[in-house]
Amino acid sequence: MHHIFAVRLASVFFLLLVPVCLGQTKNTCLDCHSLLDAPLKVTAEEFAANIHAQKGLTCASCHGGDPTSDDNAMSPKAGFRGHIDRKRIPELCGKCHTDAAYIRQYNPSLRTDQLSQYHTSVHGKKLASGDTHVAVCTDCHGIHNIRPASDVRSSVNPLNIATTCSHCHSDVNYMKAYVIPTVQFADYSKSVHHEAMAVRGDLSAPTCTTCHGNHGAAPPGVGTAKNVCSTCHVYQSQLFEESPHKAAFEAAGLPGCVTCHSNHAITPPNDEMVSTGERSICTTCHAEGDAALQAASGIHGHLRDLELRITRSKQILDRAEESGMEVSQAQLDLIQASDALTKARVAIHGFRPDKVANEVASGQAVTEKTYKAGTEALRERNYRRLGLSISLLVIGATLIGLRLWIREIES
Amino acid sequence: MSPFARVQSWLDERFGWAELIAPLKHKTVPHHKLSYWYFLGGITLFLFVIQVTTGILLLLYYRPSANEAFESVQYISTQVRFGWLVRSIHSWSANLMIFTAFAHMFSVLFLRAYRKPRELTWLSGALLLFLALGFGFSGYLLPWNTLAFFATKVGTEVAGQVPVIGPWIMMFLRGGPDVTGATLTRFFGFHVAVLPGITTVLLGLHLALVQRFGISVPPRVEKQWEYSPHERQEMKFFPNFLLREVMAWYTALAALAVLAALFPWGLGTKADPFAPAPAGIKPEWYFLFAFQTLKLIPAKVLFMDGEVLGVLAFGAAGALWLILPFAEPKRRAGGYRAVIAFGIVAVTYIASMTVYGYLAK
Repeated sequence: MHHIFAVRLASVFFLLLVPVCLGQTKNTCLDCHSLLDAPLKVTAEEFAANIHAQKGLTCASCHGGDPTSDDNAMSPKAGFRGHIDRKRIPELCGKCHTDAAYIRQYNPSLRTDQLSQYHTSVHGKKLASGDTHVAVCTDCHGIHNIRPASDVRSSVNPLNIATTCSHCHSDVNYMKAYVIPTVQFADYSKSVHHEAMAVRGDLSAPTCTTCHGNHGAAPPGVGTAKNVCSTCHVYQSQLFEESPHKAAFEAAGLPGCVTCHSNHAITPPNDEMVSTGERSICTTCHAEGDAALQAASGIHGHLRDLELRITRSKQILDRAEESGMEVSQAQLDLIQASDALTKARVAIHGFRPDKVANEVASGQAVTEKTYKAGTEALRERNYRRLGLSISLLVIGATLIGLRLWIREIES
Repeated sequence: MSPFARVQSWLDERFGWAELIAPLKHKTVPHHKLSYWYFLGGITLFLFVIQVTTGILLLLYYRPSANEAFESVQYISTQVRFGWLVRSIHSWSANLMIFTAFAHMFSVLFLRAYRKPRELTWLSGALLLFLALGFGFSGYLLPWNTLAFFATKVGTEVAGQVPVIGPWIMMFLRGGPDVTGATLTRFFGFHVAVLPGITTVLLGLHLALVQRFGISVPPRVEKQWEYSPHERQEMKFFPNFLLREVMAWYTALAALAVLAALFPWGLGTKADPFAPAPAGIKPEWYFLFAFQTLKLIPAKVLFMDGEVLGVLAFGAAGALWLILPFAEPKRRAGGYRAVIAFGIVAVTYIASMTVYGYLAK
């Protein structure tokens, strides 16, 4: 009897000891909230994946109370705040995220100006004026499932930002009160920037926050659109600044880059944009017979010529390579011609045909060399085939001769 | 007196030429419907001579160091007059030679030409095939391109799996723990000095043994000839058989010319020891069956490492192959059937695994 009691006592002691040994502390919040229905449901797994929980913060860090106590968990005496009102969320998050000394303990490189930036944003201003429909911290970052932005599963990871913004900005009913378009995400999804980000996985490609800012989110506006583009497209911007278009665009109140390239729906540019053809952008402003259109036609001609030369060289070198000829050096040289074409396309932004022609000329010189290499390789291939045919004829004749000789001997 | 007869007379006076070539004049070769298989050995020898000749020509320009090997082969292929042809013939001829050596070996097996008194002929021939594979393995690295580099890395790793002495073999082959310029220099040494030296001795022995015992007649043909002696047919070696052999050589030369001219051997890209191995890397076709087998063996088989088990199995199969004539059961009639069955299994296995390895991703 004593023996059984001792075993039971040891079992209870062991069960009590396990959480202590594993370093776990009691969390009465999760005990209940993991069993509740949405929106009050928070599972232990979800909370464990939260960056705040990983850094040692608990439910009480935001909601107050005492999660270690069954009795005082939701006691106002223990500072329990319960549900956080949307209007108070930025200030609550900002309590820690504006404290540089506190944040430094966890992540020395994390900025602490999010709240002040938020106050300058359209979202922040509207919230301050009492509009609780606008985005607050939790709308973009999540609530109990917050992950660092570097985590691809995070809603604010560069790969997911456009989708996160689109939750509100593509919702026609939700955005009705604000009189702004809701096609930005649809337009962006067709753009060259989205292709770079989502298809090629280039995380440096622009997404919503690259141009609009994140915590200080605001539309870039006509006056600043060029500044936004020029942060990446530096050389194009410099050329535009020196071009005759700068003054003309300013006089007409046109917003620089966006005038020709659009904003969210920036499709891959093509040489037809600078031409006098149907897909020309120039003809939007310039009339037929205009000197500017003649310049556009000249620029387009230069680009087209180099592109055709590159294609011609590539085709002949590929043919030679498929025939087993060694043309790797010429293939390598041809890359220089493609580089020259890229430079010429950038030079368009200066709208001076002579500058474009200079870049094109260096590419043309390369293509002349590579085309010649391709022609010579094919000539060499034909020479080899001729040599092979003659050799096979000689071998065939010898075989016939040998056969006849054997027949003669054996007859 | 014709100039030819005058030279013959000159040689005869000094070296007894007529006496030297007398056995050749009297030498005969059995003539029957399976005689064509005899040409495979001669074609292999012809391709070996081409290998030696083109190899010497390549040596004039090739530089065996990690910094210069690729560039020197590139120079041979693009700048040296007919360099592309010499290199292409060397590469294609190597592959054809290994193919004809395999075909020769299996023809000897299925015609049962290995039986007494030709056991040593078989043994020397099988060793020559292994040497040919060694030539292929060592020569493959010499252009120092990406595929060769990683194939050598994988190949030497497999050698490293041999129990006890494996790590030592790997270090010896590589000239260090990794495949580096030291490995290239070492492989060059094996390819142009060590292997040709051993091959010359073994080839001399093999040819001497063929000369000593003559060409074997398949048992079935022999029995038929015993039953009806009037059906026995023999052909003079010189010139009848030799002329036919020359025809076979010319046919091989034509095949070689077509392959070398229409499909010049590629160069690839220069090896970068720091780059990751390209996806789906495979060895040359003659190692593909072994490579694919090692890939299919599970990581652990009972208590043994799968790869070690595979290497040991191939070692045992290779050893058994060498001693095949001695291992043929002789006590009971028809014991040879076990050897033939073994040969059929081997050729089927090698062919199917090679095709599987080629098609597998």
